[in-house]
Amino acid sequence: MKLEFSAEDEAFRREVAEWMKANLVGEFEVLRFRGGPGDEEAYPALRKKWERKLAEGGWACVNWPQEHGGRGLSLAHQVIFHEEYARAGGPGRLGHLGEGLIGPTILALGSEDQKQRFLPGIREGRDYWCQGYSEPGAGSDLANVQTKAVFEDGKWKVTGQKVWTSLAHECNWIFVLARCEAGSKGHKGLIFLLMPLDQPGVEVRPIKQLTGTAEFNEVFFDGAVALPENVIGEPGDGWKVAMALLAFERGTSTLGQQMHFIHELELIAAEAKKNGAYADPSIRQRIALAWAGLRAMRYNALRMLSGTEGGTLPREGMMYKYFWSNWHRDLGKLAMDILGNESMVVDENDLTRQKLQGMFMFTRSDTIYAGTNEIQLNIISERALGLPREPR
Amino acid sequence: MDFVLNDDQEIIRASAQSFLNDHSDSPKVRAAMATPDGIDTALWRQAATELGWCATDVPEDLGGLGLSLVEVALLMEQMGQRLACLPFFASAVLAAGALREAGDADRCAELLGQLAAGEVTAAAAFSADDIGWRPGAAAATAKQAGAGWQLDGAARCVLHGSAADLFVVAARDEAGALRLFRVAPNDAGVTVSRRKTVDETRPYAQLTLKGAALAEERCLSGAADATVGMMKATAQAMVALAAEQVGAAQSCLDITVAYVSERKQFGRVIGSFQAVKHRCAEMMVKIEAARSLALGAACRLAVAGPVGDEDFAEAEAAKFYATDALFFCAQEAIQLHGGVGFTWEYDPQLYFKRAQATAAWFGSSSALREDIASRVFGQ
Ligand SMILES: Cc1cc2nc3c(=O)[nH]c(=O)nc-3n(C[C@H](O)[C@H](O)[C@H](O)COP(=O)(O)OP(=O)(O)OC[C@H]3O[C@@H](n4cnc5c(N)ncnc54)[C@H](O)[C@@H]3O)c2cc1C
Repeated sequence: MKLEFSAEDEAFRREVAEWMKANLVGEFEVLRFRGGPGDEEAYPALRKKWERKLAEGGWACVNWPQEHGGRGLSLAHQVIFHEEYARAGGPGRLGHLGEGLIGPTILALGSEDQKQRFLPGIREGRDYWCQGYSEPGAGSDLANVQTKAVFEDGKWKVTGQKVWTSLAHECNWIFVLARCEAGSKGHKGLIFLLMPLDQPGVEVRPIKQLTGTAEFNEVFFDGAVALPENVIGEPGDGWKVAMALLAFERGTSTLGQQMHFIHELELIAAEAKKNGAYADPSIRQRIALAWAGLRAMRYNALRMLSGTEGGTLPREGMMYKYFWSNWHRDLGKLAMDILGNESMVVDENDLTRQKLQGMFMFTRSDTIYAGTNEIQLNIISERALGLPREPR
Repeated sequence: MDFVLNDDQEIIRASAQSFLNDHSDSPKVRAAMATPDGIDTALWRQAATELGWCATDVPEDLGGLGLSLVEVALLMEQMGQRLACLPFFASAVLAAGALREAGDADRCAELLGQLAAGEVTAAAAFSADDIGWRPGAAAATAKQAGAGWQLDGAARCVLHGSAADLFVVAARDEAGALRLFRVAPNDAGVTVSRRKTVDETRPYAQLTLKGAALAEERCLSGAADATVGMMKATAQAMVALAAEQVGAAQSCLDITVAYVSERKQFGRVIGSFQAVKHRCAEMMVKIEAARSLALGAACRLAVAGPVGDEDFAEAEAAKFYATDALFFCAQEAIQLHGGVGFTWEYDPQLYFKRAQATAAWFGSSSALREDIASRVFGQ
């Protein structure tokens, strides 16, 4: 057990930092610290351009194997890459679902042909992916999928509705969980499809969020087509694929997320210093709690990542989502309490305030998406502690 | 960078666990609690001398194993899990740590060797009330008297003080420098009295010094000011104690999960009710966060030279996280056991008392947070 980085690691750290310094400039300067969750509407076109720049520099998909264009980085180097990317203010990645979720799923479960066709577009920043899991009746109970896929004329025809689909309006591909066996229920009879969004029979409608922006959408399918060569796994085995994909959600990018959190905490502390709120003992307690929570999170993430070789999620991995989402939600509230009355005033000229207001509001969703708090606690109590399962 | 236990560390952890499972179960803890010194002396002899626990992080040239705070933390976690009635924290962590980090190498070598070998057990008197002590505090004043020293003062809550062979006392001299002294219980001017404690698994003693006359070589820190060294020793001790608290919290969860998996109400085990399941899961979240922080801080301090502000703050964070986790888990353990959770016979009460007893060490959670806030705001 050791946390020090080697001299070679530190050299790599400098390499990343220098690349960021040399490239996150000029037209990209405005992207610094922009475009994370809750700020997805910031400069989408420019961020796609940035993704291509990253790819040219060889900094996209750094954990993918080299034969598929990645860098096959060691864990230590991945940690360093994500930390330095975030430290430099690298913008939120529009391509993160491709790089972090569907890419690894295709690598693990896709056919050779699928790897050839889909991976380069993700890596090079040409294709953007969104996740078509949730439906009005299938949220926490994800297996309650009603969207139908019927095999006709050598193609899968898809009809139904997805909801809460993040960034569908900026994406050209969607992965969809649909029911392919009529009358099947629950986990059985599902299919995992890769579908272009730009085709007849697909309609994307933005949903306005409590933040006032529209990061997620409804996606309607009316006989839209998925080609048989774009099914991952066997028809009927979609649940297995969907679950494998969810296992990729925790990854080294969590270390980058934490750097972002550090940045937010620094902004908040600076505001408290500026407006005098830092003299309030209860604010001081909460600042210290936030500071300590970040340390706990970093070490917890390093434990979880160092210990994942075996495949099953260790205890510290199971609690990670629950921990960070609650921590972040508290941070949003702390930011507003520090701003006091001013927290409810919109000021177009105050970027920091806008950012903190956006964070405050968006963090309400941190404890909902990617498994609600209640579902997380069910998972922990059942899988880590072995308590009886919920009735299904 | 690799943040999993290596093979040697895993062996240390697992063998300590099985040793304590065999030799420090609940009946044994309860028997040791009732003895005059509150120590399981047979267990201590084995752990300290045969298993060499006290030698863990003592340098090799002094007869130690030359391991680090990480290994100490692993042992502490296991001792916390079983609430073992041992003076390990008092002697091997607090007293030996102060000598290692703030002592004069020549004057401390022999004593550190004896502590490492488990031949001698020391207690630490670092401030007047000991509870809530911070680096730089002193329990006594030291006046130059002839060729030696005269010490006056008192420490009211010296851990495991009544059975210690000697005390390491922090005293401030006339020039305002902090010094460490070796004091024996039978020195003239020294009185030691055991105090009855609520957490009977770890008793305190009061140490009173009234004109205690000590020869020059009893000043273990030599001429140097001990403050900086004590800062490091304190940081290490906070992390070791945090690891112990994590172990105790883990036990609270384990006994609770076992209980709610057996106990039936309304025709089903109570562990199948979501309100109960979720509370157990919350316990685990707090424990794992505290464990990550304690291990991370241990790794960090293991390679730190003199501790910086940031190192110290992390140790404080580890301590308050573990303190809060243990209190939460002990309280939930009582609640989820229902009526039996309020009885002497069941173990949650032991953990609950340990939780409160350790809460104040090195400062309350809110005091530690205030310290961290001062650093964040650059004050
Ligand atoms: C910002 C945002 C982005 C999203 N992006 C995507 C996306 O890109 N793609 C996608 O497919 N989905 C996305 N989602 C959907 C998200 O995964 C679901 O909202 C989530 O899984 C919860 O489902 P639900 O909204 O149907 O709530 P429900 O399942 O209806 O839950 C309502 C409440 O009931 C509780 N509850 C439900 N079941 C249980 C139970 N068994 N025990 C105890 N309590 C229970 C829940 O915890 C919650 O508090 C997004 C959501 C948000 C907020």
